[in-house]
Amino acid sequence: MKKFLGLGAAALAVLVSAAPAAHAKTFTEIKFGVDPTYPPFESTTPSGDFTGFDIDLGRAICSTLHVKCVFVQQGFDGIIPALEARKFDAILSSMTVTPQRAQQIDFSSEMYNEPTSLIAKKGSGLVPTAASLKGKTVGVESGTIQESYANAYWKPAGVNVVSYPGQDQVYADLLSGRLDASLQDSVEADYGFLKTPKGTDYQLAGNVTYDPKDVLGSYIAIGIRKDEPALKAKIDYAIAKIIKNGTYKKIEAKYFNFSVY
Amino acid sequence: MIYIIQNYWQALLYSDGYQMTGVAMTLWLLTISCAIGFCLALPLSIARNAKNPVIWFPVWLYTFIFRGTPLLVQLLIVYTGLYSLDFVRNSPALNEFFRQGINCTIVAFALNTGAYTTEIFAGSIRETNFGEVDAARSFGMSQFTLYRRIILPSALRRALPVYSNEVILMLHSTTLAFTATVPDLLKVTKDAYSATYDPFDAFGLAALLYLCISFTLIFAFRKAEQHFLAFLKP
Repeated sequence: MKKFLGLGAAALAVLVSAAPAAHAKTFTEIKFGVDPTYPPFESTTPSGDFTGFDIDLGRAICSTLHVKCVFVQQGFDGIIPALEARKFDAILSSMTVTPQRAQQIDFSSEMYNEPTSLIAKKGSGLVPTAASLKGKTVGVESGTIQESYANAYWKPAGVNVVSYPGQDQVYADLLSGRLDASLQDSVEADYGFLKTPKGTDYQLAGNVTYDPKDVLGSYIAIGIRKDEPALKAKIDYAIAKIIKNGTYKKIEAKYFNFSVY
Repeated sequence: MIYIIQNYWQALLYSDGYQMTGVAMTLWLLTISCAIGFCLALPLSIARNAKNPVIWFPVWLYTFIFRGTPLLVQLLIVYTGLYSLDFVRNSPALNEFFRQGINCTIVAFALNTGAYTTEIFAGSIRETNFGEVDAARSFGMSQFTLYRRIILPSALRRALPVYSNEVILMLHSTTLAFTATVPDLLKVTKDAYSATYDPFDAFGLAALLYLCISFTLIFAFRKAEQHFLAFLKP
């Protein structure tokens, strides 16, 4: 039903806006649709300002292009229809590129990638490969891509993969010593465990790089309507530029102690 | 539905290729915990009816605690709580035992069903016809023989309908097993659900499988009742 609604909204948007979209417009501002419920990527401050890693990147893109930045609040489940309905020009909301979404909208080049990473006790010497973890017990949260990853590559190689109902229980058993390591989103690992007082004896044992079957999926990018290649070209140019001139690194260092690109 | 059956039938029924899962795991949990619970309940139900408070009070306390707290809390205490104690982790045997989620689950389930079964059997023993006991005594039976020949056979038979209820409730309780990372039928169902986002098919299939197990249990107990309780028929 949601798909139909999306398509309907898209069709309506095309009908209504066929005329204004025809003439080439010069950009004086970019309106970004944001669902600000996902710190540290996007959230609102108590005074109502948008803040977060995505927001800083968006501002950097705008200043590179010498345009004004406007952020529009929009729930994530309706964010693609709202883009199609021209409530804003682009989606800046930690959206992972998937084939289903790519059918409906275009995506910019890669903004960042939340790597999947292994955490283990300091000095354990474990790294996220099947060879290193053979015979060890690794915890994952049920239903995550990390569980699929561990089951696809590690279980057949003799790693004891244990699924948990929730990520907090994975950390609890990592602390109790039942688990030798745990596999999750790097941001989750950092904010949810390593930066908390309980995580002091533990460290990031490395990010997963080996993924020939593409279990972990794609990167995160800005969503743009399919009929606006000019905007896509501008955003791609700006992303490339902020990565090259070091602005990206500076913003990244403000939020993360590891590389997210 | 077809997709779930094609991709998950093996995991739903017996194994995901590495360990026992699904119906097989659920049935294993049910069988082993009911078996241990039964063996616990038999002596404890006799002790529960003892005249000496030193004997009946600990049993009363045990059944009071395990019937008075939710099974989920008991499972969490056994799985998470016990393993955080130093003496458990420092003794190699206990460490090895409580490290495994399945062992913790079986301990919690067995103690829980043991408490209920104790009370079921104790009530049934209490209601033994005094005439039967009197007759046995007049034959000169010792206390042990009295229990072995007269009280227990009759009490266990009369407890059968209530006990079958307890077993079926225990089947329903096995759905808590994934809390302790044991991949029972419900865990595989949740996997199928998160792969398809199709709640009715995924959980409907699980409900059907649970119904099949329940029906088999009810049928078996009905047969047993017909056999063992024939003497009570009007």
